[in-house]
Amino acid sequence: MAEADKEKNNNLSRRDFLRYGFRAIIGLGALSVAGHTLFSSKSHDMVWQLDPDKCIQCGRCATRCVLSPSAVKCVHAFAICGYCDLCSGYFRQPPFALDTAAENRLCPTSAIKRTYVEDPYYEYTIDQSLCIGCGKCVKGCGSFGNGSLFLQVMHDRCVNCNECSIAVTCPAKAYTRVPAHSPYLLKKAAEGSG
Amino acid sequence: MRNFVTCFFPRGSKLLTIVLIMILFGVISAAPLPAEYRFPRPEFKSEYEIPKTEVPAATPSIYEYLDLFVLVVLLSIVSYLVLKRRSRLGIFIISIFSLIYLGFLRRGCICPIGSIQNVTLAIFDSGYIIPLTVIGFFLLPLIYTLLFGRSFCAGVCPFGALQDLVILRPVKLPAWLSQTLGLFPYVYLGTAVLFTATGSGFLICRFDPFVEIFRFGSRVEMLIFGGILLIIGIFIARPYCRFLCPYSVLLRLFSRFAIWHGTITPAECVNCKLCHDSCPVDAILPSTPQAEPESRSRGVKRLMLLLILIPLLTGGGAVLGSQLGHVMSYLNSDVRLQTQINRENTTGTENYSEDSSFFRESRQTEEQLAEQVATTKADFYTGGFLLGGFIALVFALKLISLSLWRKRDEYEIDKAQCVSCGRCFEYCPVEAQHKRAKDD
Repeated sequence: MAEADKEKNNNLSRRDFLRYGFRAIIGLGALSVAGHTLFSSKSHDMVWQLDPDKCIQCGRCATRCVLSPSAVKCVHAFAICGYCDLCSGYFRQPPFALDTAAENRLCPTSAIKRTYVEDPYYEYTIDQSLCIGCGKCVKGCGSFGNGSLFLQVMHDRCVNCNECSIAVTCPAKAYTRVPAHSPYLLKKAAEGSG
Repeated sequence: MRNFVTCFFPRGSKLLTIVLIMILFGVISAAPLPAEYRFPRPEFKSEYEIPKTEVPAATPSIYEYLDLFVLVVLLSIVSYLVLKRRSRLGIFIISIFSLIYLGFLRRGCICPIGSIQNVTLAIFDSGYIIPLTVIGFFLLPLIYTLLFGRSFCAGVCPFGALQDLVILRPVKLPAWLSQTLGLFPYVYLGTAVLFTATGSGFLICRFDPFVEIFRFGSRVEMLIFGGILLIIGIFIARPYCRFLCPYSVLLRLFSRFAIWHGTITPAECVNCKLCHDSCPVDAILPSTPQAEPESRSRGVKRLMLLLILIPLLTGGGAVLGSQLGHVMSYLNSDVRLQTQINRENTTGTENYSEDSSFFRESRQTEEQLAEQVATTKADFYTGGFLLGGFIALVFALKLISLSLWRKRDEYEIDKAQCVSCGRCFEYCPVEAQHKRAKDD
């Protein structure tokens, strides 16, 4: 009887020993994985942004975002804008007339507002609430103008998916993770103006 | 640029090309504005001031750490409710809060399940910077599980909370089915890690069934997938947690060795069998007959056989996996793109696919792509080898664990499978007795 009890105790302690051992191993394992990644970590979060210099305006930003309308919208860098009368980001090519009629315009949602400044200059501003991020104006501006219009992920809208579903299909590989405290990749000249 | 130059100057005139490029660069650097700026900034005569470019502000960084804080608080509360208060109602209320806050308000990103991929990426991709909060999201539930069992699953994970809500008519699955399906998370985890490590994307996020519900999103196929899982979940409790969730692989392992795990009964089990029916995830193991069902020598012989089988199975799985790795590499978008471009180049068609024409428009070259694809394919070969070995090893270990017989004198919790939902507490008559004694 005593013999059996002793054996039982031994069994128990062996089981306990194994349990403590495994516990220590997996605990240390998890900590070491975390510790290893700590070396490449930063205290700030990372958010998604697209590099306007790589962007080829394929139009997927408008359709592939998990949000509808997309979190990507057009930004205007006034500092490098030519204020052209015949704006290739505003008018379809070739326009029937240089006026604000719908058939002349490139933007499918008429999100670009054209205001007269002085002869022969016009100011173009983007109504963010209407922009869907299709990049048609960006393409137009880049191919015949100064390239002052460009797309950006708007961080008041972006839900910061772990894997950005636009980034997955971006053919130009323009999407990168950037630090959350400076979440925009503006064109250099645009940054200069503020 | 290269293509542009070479289309004017036939191959062989390398020197000319270089000179031309140098001249071009010279012109660019000498000009006051880059060549892109075709029109100079106008000099306005009127009072017009050039407006600033405005972009909406980002979410303040306080939120990143707030989420982590909420995670710790919720984990602590649920662990307390499971171990000390033994309150199913409390766990339920916290899980509703998690569902609303972490799910619908914070919209599910980032979550511990997905953070596996970030951690993997941080290990394999030196260019990736992992935020501290993500490491916290990965590690904290594991630490809590090692201490208190899967309280994360019980009331913190919004996926678990959502599925827990729809458990209306849970049925017991036959053991062979639940054990077999229970192997799938290992396959899913292994594949997800392989895809992340090779830079082929985050599978766990892409096939996330519930996040579209949290976001009222637009990916219809995932909404349908989530809906189907919830309908199945009425009868088969928590199908995602048990048969899909890749994070559950880690949680099962950590919970198995939990230091303080919740118990069915607060005191001595009276073998009344009542709790067995209450468990929706089949995590309660009934007590066994006193005698072993077979002779000891037979069991030992089988165990020996299975132990010999481990290296054989693992090796076979690894070889098979390396072959499958080659096939799987075609799921990588770069590999697919290169195959497509090669096909178009050999047939000489001008009818490019959408991806290929975008690629030709962009600034990347085919040489860069080929280089990228070569490394990706090599990575898939190695990764497939490891993945195959891992899956086979898991399979072999499962066989062993199924063949072992352990005597149980009372109804026990299968710590690995138990999600600490607390349903069994109320079913235990000893618990009721205790409560009554306390009230008196």
